[in-house]
Parts: sequence; structure tokens; C-alpha cells
Amino acid sequence: MFETFELYTLQQYWWIIISLLASLLVFLMFVQGGQTLIYQLGKTETERSLIINTLGRKWELTFTTLVTFGGAFFASFPLFYSTSFGGAYWVWMAILFAFVIQAISYEYRTKPANFLGRKTYEVFLFLNGLLGTILIGTAVGTFFNGANFSVDKMNLTNIYDSAISRWETPFHGLEAVLNIHNVALGLSVFFLARVLGILYIVNSVNEENILVRARRQMWNNAVPFLVFFLYFVIYLLLKQGFAVNPETGEIFMEKYKYLHNLLQMPVVLILFLAGVAGVLYGISSFLFCRSRKAIWFGGAGTVLAVFSLLLIAGLNNTAYYPSLHNLQHSLTIRNSSSSHYTLTAMSYVSLFVPVVIAYIYVAWKSINNKPIEKSDLDDDSSHIY
Amino acid sequence: MTEAFDYSLIDWSRAQFALTAMYHWIFVPLTLGLGFIMAIMETIYVRTGNPEWKRITKFWMTIFGINFAIGVATGIILEFEFGTNWSNYSWFVGDIFGAPLAIEGIMAFFLESTFIAVMFFGWNKVSKKFHLVSTWLVAFGASLSALWILVANAWMQLPVGMKFNPETARNEMHNFWDVLLSPMAVSKFTHTISSSYLLAAIVVIGISSWYLLRKRHIVFAKRSIVVAAVFGLITSIFTILTGDYSARVVAQNQPMKFAAFEGLYVGQTRAPLVAIGVMSTSPEDPDNENIKDFVFKIEIPNFLSYMAFQDINAFVPGIRDLMEGNEKYNIPSAAEKIARGKLAIDALAEFKLAKEAQDQAKMDEARQILDENFQYFGYGYFVDDPSRLVPSVPITFYSFHIMVALGMWFMMFFAIVLLLVYKGKISQSKFWLTIGIVNIPLAYIASQSGWITAEMGRQPWVIQDLMPTMAAVSRLDTNAVITTFILFGVVFTTLLIAELKIMFKQIKIGPKQEGGH
Repeated sequence: MFETFELYTLQQYWWIIISLLASLLVFLMFVQGGQTLIYQLGKTETERSLIINTLGRKWELTFTTLVTFGGAFFASFPLFYSTSFGGAYWVWMAILFAFVIQAISYEYRTKPANFLGRKTYEVFLFLNGLLGTILIGTAVGTFFNGANFSVDKMNLTNIYDSAISRWETPFHGLEAVLNIHNVALGLSVFFLARVLGILYIVNSVNEENILVRARRQMWNNAVPFLVFFLYFVIYLLLKQGFAVNPETGEIFMEKYKYLHNLLQMPVVLILFLAGVAGVLYGISSFLFCRSRKAIWFGGAGTVLAVFSLLLIAGLNNTAYYPSLHNLQHSLTIRNSSSSHYTLTAMSYVSLFVPVVIAYIYVAWKSINNKPIEKSDLDDDSSHIY
Repeated sequence: MTEAFDYSLIDWSRAQFALTAMYHWIFVPLTLGLGFIMAIMETIYVRTGNPEWKRITKFWMTIFGINFAIGVATGIILEFEFGTNWSNYSWFVGDIFGAPLAIEGIMAFFLESTFIAVMFFGWNKVSKKFHLVSTWLVAFGASLSALWILVANAWMQLPVGMKFNPETARNEMHNFWDVLLSPMAVSKFTHTISSSYLLAAIVVIGISSWYLLRKRHIVFAKRSIVVAAVFGLITSIFTILTGDYSARVVAQNQPMKFAAFEGLYVGQTRAPLVAIGVMSTSPEDPDNENIKDFVFKIEIPNFLSYMAFQDINAFVPGIRDLMEGNEKYNIPSAAEKIARGKLAIDALAEFKLAKEAQDQAKMDEARQILDENFQYFGYGYFVDDPSRLVPSVPITFYSFHIMVALGMWFMMFFAIVLLLVYKGKISQSKFWLTIGIVNIPLAYIASQSGWITAEMGRQPWVIQDLMPTMAAVSRLDTNAVITTFILFGVVFTTLLIAELKIMFKQIKIGPKQEGGH
């Protein structure tokens, strides 16, 4: 089936898959958001343990999605992998460290003789939530605002200096934080993760004190989220974008490019509006109707909104990783992808994704079938973090 | 053109990858093997309904969980380091390497991480059978994860199923099945996975031996030993058989690495195998200090020829044959390969210029030269210093021999333990129980030695004959890599200390009486 598709069709298909994985990742970062709220929502040791235990049942799903996102990006658009990861070294390394310290924290926090003490592991969880979300958001901001790199595949023939992708600033990615538009996206992701974290916790924890504090925290996080998100979106829709001439491959600046993308792909526009509406409905149904199922609206809305934003970054003849050093070195889904054969082989593998989602759903339901309570923490027969 | 290559950048980038890979590999083999041991134990529990087996299963799950967390933490770095530190490599091979990595994520990691939640949190939430299935799926998911990353590693040692495309300056996959089922992939997967199972069996026996010596948790320890010894004996035999196959695959495809395994400087027919050897500190070859002579060695006549080619009369090339060439056996010299590699590299540059000039004739000509010489493409980067084509012989020799010797020893040990169990004397055999504890660090040494053999032995190649480390590395400031190396070293060492302290404490506490994790 897939082998009959044109290369460009497969490239678009894989950009859609990457966008979907990224949007699921942002939704699942409710774990990270929740980790930054442990002390604000939990005032006693038991309350904090309740929050950590409910988040702990999902941390691995987020982690695995991040790893799969990385692997899928490598497989489908390897030039991005080599250019961005090898270039924006410090940003990616900081993100990695933030996730390394998360992976052990749940398991080790309450174990006897854990060397660093319970508090240190809680600080690790906080740092993961803070840095992981802001830095990933800021890094994705460069999809719209560009980065300082050059690419010349023929450097391979210079045996003394063969690097194909080169970073053209000495800061190796740190300069991304000087662009306020990137940072606005980073902060949007951070506050959105906290909003989703609150919605997940109220859905999965049965503890009145936590529910009361959650409502207050929702105001504190939903407002800054909306401010940064609206700033980011309005700026994005009004700014010049990095367009590609499909005939020649030439990159040029186009006014209102991202707005045009939404208008020229009405399905994406509908998805985007539905996503934003879902997030807003999720927040308001919790705030005003005290709904504890708002995570499903907020989560689905997040997936749709992030998915559509990434689609307009790469589809409709747009350069998804613009080079500020040389516009013509910008990465597009056409010039940075794997070959037709590899994309075809992987497309068959992608057919397993619904199966994966189905068993994740079954496992999720079986573990989260009822909210966690104080008594569960004393249940000696279960695994407690 | 002046030489401007910064070798310290390569060395630090290699050191960083080695550091993260070796730390990762401390934790992974135990979880690979323990997954199946737990699954077998839980199966016995479900079949017999005996709660003692549930208690046994849960204890080993605790040990599994502590290891798994840190294995995940150290694993994510490796995936991203292909891009951060080996940027050229990730483009040059991304078309092949990326696919197994993506499949690993979609098919294996999710399986593992989803059902691990059921395994840990589902004891009272799902049925016994669903729980058991989840434990088995975790075990299979872990081994499936290993499959894909090992396929990718095998491809780097034996690049097959692809064709170089000068238009994109990269290798492109032409046959997925050739990549998946290459002899290197089969041998690497089967050998790595079986040796991991072996390591887990050694750890289970070692910890159980400690309980028996202390006369604690007697029933628990004896039952654990029975399961682990049976599992260990079977997997150790399999490890030795797959190891033998791996050596043959290496002999046929990576002759330099094979020569380094044995410190074989001058090739010969009826080549003997060095069973035990001590290398001299002085170099055998004045041009290359990596190549050492032996001050002492015990040899098994003809065995190396037999091991490599299943023929005692077969010629096994030595390092000198591979560097200086050997006409009789049709082995080209390093100088010839370097010249042909340089031709291929220059032809790629010519191809690009001809394409820009839209000169089809020149393009065809360049492409032909490239195709004819592409098998030596990577050698073209060694025009200034061919001696870098030889890996460190002492490190490769010692790590290979330590791995083989310990592998043989473990097989004998499992047989002895099973015999003692059969005779009902295991809990009284203080000597063998002590050996059981001593074996734990030895198993880790063997496991690490295996990877050192595989990865140091293939130097300087990132992709055998096609891309050396110097052409693969990201263009970073050496100090940046040194900084992250130190950070990784500090963080991983801290986490390792935490992990060991927690493990020792859990072992001291022992299995809980009722349920409890």
C-alpha cells in the first residue's frame, strides 16, 4: 500500500505522525506539571505522597512517548536530528538531564537508605517539571523562529573538517532563550502542563484538601497560560513565515505565512479551534462546575491544538526548521527526510500505533479505575512510591 | 590543506558515549533476565496457588524495579547522544539506523512501560491471569527493546541492505530484512540476550546464597536458586554457543577486530588460540604502540583457525597482514584501501560539482569511481595516520579473554549448583554459597568485558570501513563535551551509589511475609 505513495506523500504522513506524537507528549506532560505542584497542593506528607503516587503511575508513559518521539524524528527526518541535536547541544543536554533525574525519583524517593533523602528526589521531580516543559517548549519555538545553523552535505568530502551540520553561534542553542517568542511558547507549555496536572490530580485523587487547593491553583496557572499562549498565537499568526517554493525548493519569507497555512488547510483550522475550545472548556468546567472529568476535555483539546500548530509548522510548503544563518539551508520535510524505502517500511510499523493506543487504554483503565485515597498508601500489597 | 583535526574532541566524545553506555549496561542485563525469572516464578504461583511463590516473585520484582528505573534514566541519554555527539553519523546512517530505533519505541518501549504499571500496581486491581500476562509482556517487551537497538549496533559492525546515494550523501536502506537478519544482527542479539539472562541468574543465586549463609528465608532462597540455576544453565550453554557463532561472524567480517581478540600480529594457517596470555609492555610494532608482544602465553594448537573458519588449515590474518597486505591470501594493504577510500571521497566531491554544472557525463564517471571504491570510503580519512586503523590490542585481548573464561566458569557453576540442589546439600555447602556471592561482581565484569571487546575491537570505525569516528563526530568545542562528560560522571555515579544502597537495604530486609512490595 505505502510503497505506491509518492515520496512527498510519505513525508507529509510522517510529519503528521511526528506532530501527533509531539501533541500526545505535551498532553502527557501533565505529569511534569503535577510534579511542580507537589508542595502547593500537598501540605502534609500524606497529601504529597498521594499526589506523587498518582503521577507515578503515569510518568513512564510520558517518558516513553518522549523517547519514541525522538526515535521517530530520527527515523523520519534524520537531518533535523543531526542538525539540531548536534548543534543546539546545551538545550538538548539540559532537557536530557532534566529527564534523567526524573526517572529514578519516583522509585527511590521513599525507599530506605536512598542516599540523597526524600526531599532531594522531590526537588528532582520539581526540576524535571520546570525545566523539561519550559525547555522543550522553547526548543519547539525555534520551529517558527529559526535557529543559527548551516548545512552542507558535501562537507563530508573534507577529510579534516567533515561536519555536515554546523552551529553558527558559540552558544550552541542557548541563544534560543533570548527570543521572547520562543520563551512565550516555553512558558505556555509550562503553565499548560500545570493546568493539566491539576486536572489529572483532581480526577485521580480522593482528598478534599487537595481538591480545594487545586481550584485556587487553577486560577494561578490558567491565567498566565492564557496570557502566554494568546501572545504566542497572535504573534505567530501576524508574523512573517518561512515558505518553500515547491518547484525550486527555494526558501523565502512570506507575510502571514502561518495564518495562511491555517486558512489554506481548513481542517487544521477546525482542529486548532476545537483544541483551544477543548482546553478552555476543560478549565472552566473544573472552575465553575467542579467537574473532575475535565482532564479529558483539557487533554483532548491540548492534543488537537498542539497537533495543528505543528502541522502548520511543516506542511503546506513551510520550512519547519528555518536557518537564520542562511535561509536556503533551512530544513523542510522534503530536504531532510529519510528515503522512500525507509519511510514506507516505517509506515507499515505505524499501523501498530492503534494497537499500542488500545492496550495503553486498557491498562490505564485497569489501574485508574478508582481514584487513589489515603488508605491506598497503607495497602501493603501494592507498589507504593 | 593543513591538518586541523582535533583528536581530543573524538576522544572525549567517545569517552562520553562509553561512560553512558557502560553505566546503562550495568542495569539493563539484570532487568532483561530478571523479567523472565519473575515471570517463571509468578507462573508457578498462578499454577500452584502457593502464596510463597507470590512472595518470592514480589521480592524479585522489587529488585527489578530499582534497576529498571536507573536503566531508563541512563538509556534516554544514549538515544539522544547519537544526535548530540555524533551528528554526521546520524545523517550518514539515519536512513537505516533510525528505523530500528523508531520501531523499538513504538513496538517495545510502550509494551514494557504500559504493562510494568499493571505488574507493579495491578496485584489487587486485575485478575491473576491478566497480571501474569502483564509480567510476561514486560519480560518480552524488554527483550524486544534489546532486539532493535542490537540490530542497529550490528549494522554498524556489518553494514548490509543499503546503498550509498551520492545525491543525498548518505546510505539508504534497500532491504529491511537484510538489516534485520544479517548474521551479525542474529549473533549479536542472541549472544547479548542470553548473556544477560545468565547474569540475572548469577545475581539471583548470589543473593539467595547470602540468605542461606545467614540462615534466613531458607525456603525462599532454595526455591529461587532452583529456578535461577535451571534458567542459568540453559542460558549459559546458549551463551557459549552464540558466542562461538559471534566469533565466526567477526572473523569473517571484521578481521582486524578478530586479530585484536587474540593479539595475533602475524597471520598463519593452523593458528593456535591463546588460552591464557600476558602482554608485554613494549610494542611488537615500533610504529604502533597499541600492538604488544606476549611475555607469557598458553596456546591451544590449531584452535583459532578452527574457531574462525571451522577448518584447522584456514589462514587467520594477523594485524601485519591487514596493515601491510598479503598477496598470497589476497589481502589488500591499508595503504591501498586508504588510496581507494580517498578516490571514493574525491569522487563524491566531483559528483557534486558535476551535478551543479549539470554535466551528466562527469556525473556518471564520478559515480562509477565512487561505486567501485565505496567499500573503502572510510579509509580515505586516514591518509595522514594509518596507524589509527589498529584498535587497542591489549584492551581488546584482555576483555575478550576475561569474558570467555568467565562465561565457561559460569556454565560449570550452574551445573555444580544444580547437582548440589539435586543431592539436597545446597544449604550446607558454605564454600559454593560463598562462591555464589563472589560470582555477582564477576558476572558484571564479564558483561562489561563483552561490550568492551565488541566496541573497542572495532575502533576506529563507527560504521565498519565506511565511517570512522573522526568523520562522525559533532562539531563541538571539546570543553563542552568535557563538561557534559563530568556532569554525566557525577550524576550517574551518585545515582549508582543510591541504587546500590537501596538494593543492599532491600536485600537485607528480604522478602516480606505478606504481599508487600
